[in-house]
Amino acid sequence: MLRLNNVEVMYDRVILVLKGMSMEVPRGKIVALLGSNGAGKTTTLKAISGLLKSENGQVTDGYIEFEGQRIDGEDAEAIVKQGIFQCMEGRRVFEHLTVEENLIAGAHTRKDRGNLKSDIERVYHYFPKLKTLRSRVAGYLSGGEQQMLAIGRGLMAKPKVLLLDEPSLGLAPLLVREIFSIIKQINEEEGTTILVVEQNANIALSIADYGYIMENGRIVLEGTVDYLLSNEDVREFYLGLSEVGKKSYRDVKSYKRRKRWL
Amino acid sequence: MTFFLQMLVTGIVVGSVYALVALGFVLIYKASDAINFAQGEFLLIGTYICLTLITTYQIPFLVAMVLTLVFSGLLGFVIERVVLRPFIGEPVISMIMATIGLSSLLAGIVHIIWGHETRVYPQIFPDTPVRLGEVVVSPVYVWSLIIVLILLAFFTLFFKYSKIGIAMRATADDQQAALSMGISVKMVFAVSWAISAVVSSVGGVLLGNINGVNSSMALIGLKVLPVALLGGLDSIPGAIIGGFIIGILESMAGGYLDPIIGGVKEVVPFIVLVLILMFKPYGLFGKEEIERV
Ligand SMILES: Nc1ncnc2c1ncn2[C@@H]1O[C@H](COP(=O)(O)OP(=O)(O)O)[C@@H](O)[C@H]1O
Ligand SMILES: [Mg+2]
Repeated sequence: MLRLNNVEVMYDRVILVLKGMSMEVPRGKIVALLGSNGAGKTTTLKAISGLLKSENGQVTDGYIEFEGQRIDGEDAEAIVKQGIFQCMEGRRVFEHLTVEENLIAGAHTRKDRGNLKSDIERVYHYFPKLKTLRSRVAGYLSGGEQQMLAIGRGLMAKPKVLLLDEPSLGLAPLLVREIFSIIKQINEEEGTTILVVEQNANIALSIADYGYIMENGRIVLEGTVDYLLSNEDVREFYLGLSEVGKKSYRDVKSYKRRKRWL
Repeated sequence: MTFFLQMLVTGIVVGSVYALVALGFVLIYKASDAINFAQGEFLLIGTYICLTLITTYQIPFLVAMVLTLVFSGLLGFVIERVVLRPFIGEPVISMIMATIGLSSLLAGIVHIIWGHETRVYPQIFPDTPVRLGEVVVSPVYVWSLIIVLILLAFFTLFFKYSKIGIAMRATADDQQAALSMGISVKMVFAVSWAISAVVSSVGGVLLGNINGVNSSMALIGLKVLPVALLGGLDSIPGAIIGGFIIGILESMAGGYLDPIIGGVKEVVPFIVLVLILMFKPYGLFGKEEIERV
């Protein structure tokens, strides 16, 4: 449904960040894109959603295809209208708007505005907490509540594909589990295809069907969740598990330097 | 007491027009973080267009007013598109410089078309004074106030409830997040300029009816900037309340202090502005960064 083929992205016409990135997101599935800080995960999402332009970035090679149509180079507005919605890293709620106004802003591109009320109720069905906060100014919500609002805002657009950028960022483990189980529920009940970017591989793989691991601007490993979970390297570097027991950080680091999947 | 009330009413009426023009400043500031130094020229163009429609083309006032609003809205749109669009994403100071240039350009055009002698509107509102208890108010004042209050109420509802109004506030909060909702930031800019031009031109027409029209009216733009600063440059309610405060202060200073120290009327609003900004640097209602604890 969504496909990146050998995509290269440059910022400011000189900084090459994605270096031949290829991946595929099948309809109705949850795909996890994992990788450490600076790997280019956010850049990948922005390339898909068209937000790259607002940061002077550009797809310089390869292409991005959605339902058989090329979408690279289109405006963010046009891409949202086609059914791809990105929930940005760091939640980015509209701080001075109320919870409900944030949700209405999420529905901006919707033509059937008569259904606004029932759509808002649908968001409250997934996030009952938001209902009690409906007229609260979003800036005063807690981090977890803001993350719920950010995802709820995405639901309001009724997207075919929801791109989630590190929804676990800065949240307590219990809350992270709650939010991911709701993401799974949305996928099942709404049939929304989901591409979730995470540094927290454990939680992302717990709901995903398929995973990609990214390093330094390209995919270095991919596979079904079962495959990734049984892969030694993934267990060691991304899940923090190891057969040999805990190695010291120093050992891990030198090992990592030798083996970088390049 | 009657004198006091008289000054108060005058202050409220003039203040309401300030509020309207200040709203224009605030909208553009919220959309693009820039101050529009051509605001006064928008006001001037609006009032001249309306005057010309009425006197030269003999069009009834209400129709002329509507045509003026449409024209101003289009003018705002076009100016945003042609003059300011290229500055999106550039440093704010470039956009401010562009509005200063624009202000000279528009002033020049107005001068070429309409010259600089003072003109007066034909009598539009009835001239039998309205009595409110002991205070005598000319009908043009009453009508001005009514028109401004209706407009302010309209825009308040517009920003609170309409799709575009919410999109505009969202864009003011976080431009990139707004983009990610599929909100066209370009559209938000264009609408901000259009509304800004419309409210200024209404202000111009009303003041023109009260005081007559000449090119020095553009200076109102500069006078209203402190109003916007007082209320908080990014606050719509701030602009409205700031407008009334400055209008009333100015009128009171004119009534009570001018006979003693001539010309003090013009300075008092600025003195108050400086005093208030010393304690509230973002203005009375300026947006504070929300910091959660
Ligand atoms: N707007 C930008 N301009 C220039 N370089 C950028 C920009 N955004 C990100 N980068 C660079 O691109 C690389 C990948 O960043 P990012 O996609 O944010 O990684 P991730 O989300 O995986 O942490 C980083 O080295 C970062 O410095
Ligand atoms: Mg990131």
